[in-house]
Amino acid sequence: MVQIQAKLNPGYGRWTPFWFLAPAVLALLVIGIYPTISALVTSFRRYNITRPRDGFPFVGLENYVNVLSDQTFWQSLGLTARFFLTVLPFELFFGICIALLLHRPGLGMLRALARVSLVVPLATTYAVVGLIGRLVFNRDFGIANQFLNAIGVGGLDWLGSTTGAFIAIAIMDIWQWTPFCALIFLAGLSMVPVEIEEAARLETSSKTAMLRHVQLPYLLPGLTAMLILRSADILKLFDMVFVMTRGGPGSATDLVSIYIQRVGFRIFDMGTASAQAILLLIVTIVLSRLYIKLIYKEIE
Amino acid sequence: MMSMTLRRILHGLGLLVVLCFTLFPFYWMVSSSFKDQTDLLASPPVWLFTPTLSNYTDIFADEKVFGAIVNSLIVATLTTALSVLLGAPAAYALARFNFRGKSDLWFWFISNRMISPIVLALPVYILALQLKLLDTHLVLILIYLTFNLPIVVWICTDQFRSIPIELEQAARLDGADQFTIFRKIYVPLGLPGIAVSAIFSFIFSWNELLYALVLTRRSVQTAPVIATSFMSGYELPWGKIMATGTVIVLPVTIFALLVSKHMVRGLTMGATK
Repeated sequence: MVQIQAKLNPGYGRWTPFWFLAPAVLALLVIGIYPTISALVTSFRRYNITRPRDGFPFVGLENYVNVLSDQTFWQSLGLTARFFLTVLPFELFFGICIALLLHRPGLGMLRALARVSLVVPLATTYAVVGLIGRLVFNRDFGIANQFLNAIGVGGLDWLGSTTGAFIAIAIMDIWQWTPFCALIFLAGLSMVPVEIEEAARLETSSKTAMLRHVQLPYLLPGLTAMLILRSADILKLFDMVFVMTRGGPGSATDLVSIYIQRVGFRIFDMGTASAQAILLLIVTIVLSRLYIKLIYKEIE
Repeated sequence: MMSMTLRRILHGLGLLVVLCFTLFPFYWMVSSSFKDQTDLLASPPVWLFTPTLSNYTDIFADEKVFGAIVNSLIVATLTTALSVLLGAPAAYALARFNFRGKSDLWFWFISNRMISPIVLALPVYILALQLKLLDTHLVLILIYLTFNLPIVVWICTDQFRSIPIELEQAARLDGADQFTIFRKIYVPLGLPGIAVSAIFSFIFSWNELLYALVLTRRSVQTAPVIATSFMSGYELPWGKIMATGTVIVLPVTIFALLVSKHMVRGLTMGATK
C-alpha cells in the first residue's frame, strides 16, 4: 500500500506534510499534552489552592496512597460501574428493538419521521437534559409522580432518595443514549446484503433465527463500539448528573467525574484530585487503545 | 392476510411509541416553557392550556441570560472556526501523505475523544489562574479544541480520501504547489465534510458544561452554565428555566437535524459507517 500511494502521490518534499500537520499538532500539544503533564506533576504535590501559604511541596506518592486507600473514591468508581451496568442493557435492548422497527419495510413516512426523531435526544444539551429531569422527577408536581399516582402506585421522592435519584439519572441517560445504540444497530442492519436477507426470509419466518444467524454478524462491530464508547462516556458523565443531583442525595449519584470535580473545585485539593484524574486517565487510555485496536483498521 | 394487516398496525404502533419516547421530554420542556406558574404546578398536569410568552419575554429581558447566549455563540463559533482552520490541513496530510509515525499520530488525534474533561479541567484551571485567563472567552475557545480538533480531523480525513487523486496529479503536472492544491481542490471539493465537521464542533462546544463551569466566573458564563445557575434557591422559576432550556436546545437541534445522516459517524468517530 505504501508503495502504491508513493507512486500515486510522488514529488512532494519530505517536509510538506509537516507544514500541514504542524499547527494542529502544536495546538493539541499545548492544550492537551502540556496540561496532562502539569496534572501529573501536581499529583505528586500537596496542592491546596485555598492554602497557598503552605506552598505546594512535593510529597512523592502520598496523594496516590491516599486516593487508593480512599473508600469514597472506590465507591464512586463502583457506582460508575454499576451505573454502566444498569443503563447499558436497557440501551442495547431498546436500541435493537427500535432498529428492527426502523429496518422493517413499509410505512415509509412514519419510519423516516421516527428515524429523524432519534437525533433529538442526542443533540439535547446534556445540562438541559438534567433540567428536564429535575422537572419530570419533581416530588410534588413532576409528571413521573403524577403518572405513578394516576396508576395508583403512589409517588416517590425521586431526587431525595438514594434509589430514586439513581433510577432517575439512569432513566435520563437511557432516554438520551438509546437512540445512539439504535442508530448504530440500524447502520449494522442496513449492511446486511439484500439478497442474503431475502433468501433467509424465504427459508425461515422466525424473527429470532433471522436475527441470530443472518443479522448478528453485522451487528457485532457496532456492539463493540457501543460497549467501549458508552463506558468511556459514562466515565466522562458529568453535566446531566451534576444538574440533576450534584452527586446526591448523600453520595447516591456520586459518579467518578462528579467526585473528582468536588475534590478539585469544592475542597480545592488539587493534589488529590489530580492523582484521581491521572488514575482515571490511565483507565481511559487502556479503553481507547482497546477501542482503536478492535474497531479501526489500520489507516492506509 | 389478516395477520399482515395486524403486523402493519403493530409496526405503526411501535413506531409511534418510538416517536413518543424520543420526543416526550423535549415536548414537555417546550410546552412547560409556555405555561404560567399555576399551570406548571398543576396536578394533574394540564395538557391544554393558554400559552403565554411571558417566560420568553422574561429571559430575553434578563441581561444575564442574553449575555450568556452571546457568550456561547462567541465561544462556539470561534472554536469551530479555529478547529477547521487547524484541522482541515492536518486531515489533508493524513489523507494523502505517508510519513513515519502517521498511524500513531492519527490514533493520538482519535483518542482525545475518549479523555474525560475533568482530567484537563484541573490543570487548565491552575494554568488559567496563573496566566490570568480565568473567565475569558480565550481559555474556553482553546480548551474546546481538545474535542473539536479530533472530530474535524477525523471527518475531513475521510472526506479528503474520497476525492480522486487524479485531480491532484493533474494539478501538479500543471505546476501547482501543495498549498495551492489544498486550497483549490481539497477545500472546495471537501466542503461537505468540512461543513459537517464544523456543525459537530459547534454542537459539542455549545453543549459543553464542565469546562465552562470551572473556567468562567461572571462575565463569560455560557448558556448551559446560566441554565444550571437557576437551579438554586427555594421557589424555582420553572417556566423561565424551561424557556432558557428551549432557547439553548433549539439551535443545536436544528443543526443536528441537518447532519442527522452523519450523527453516528460524528459520535463514534467513524467506527461504523
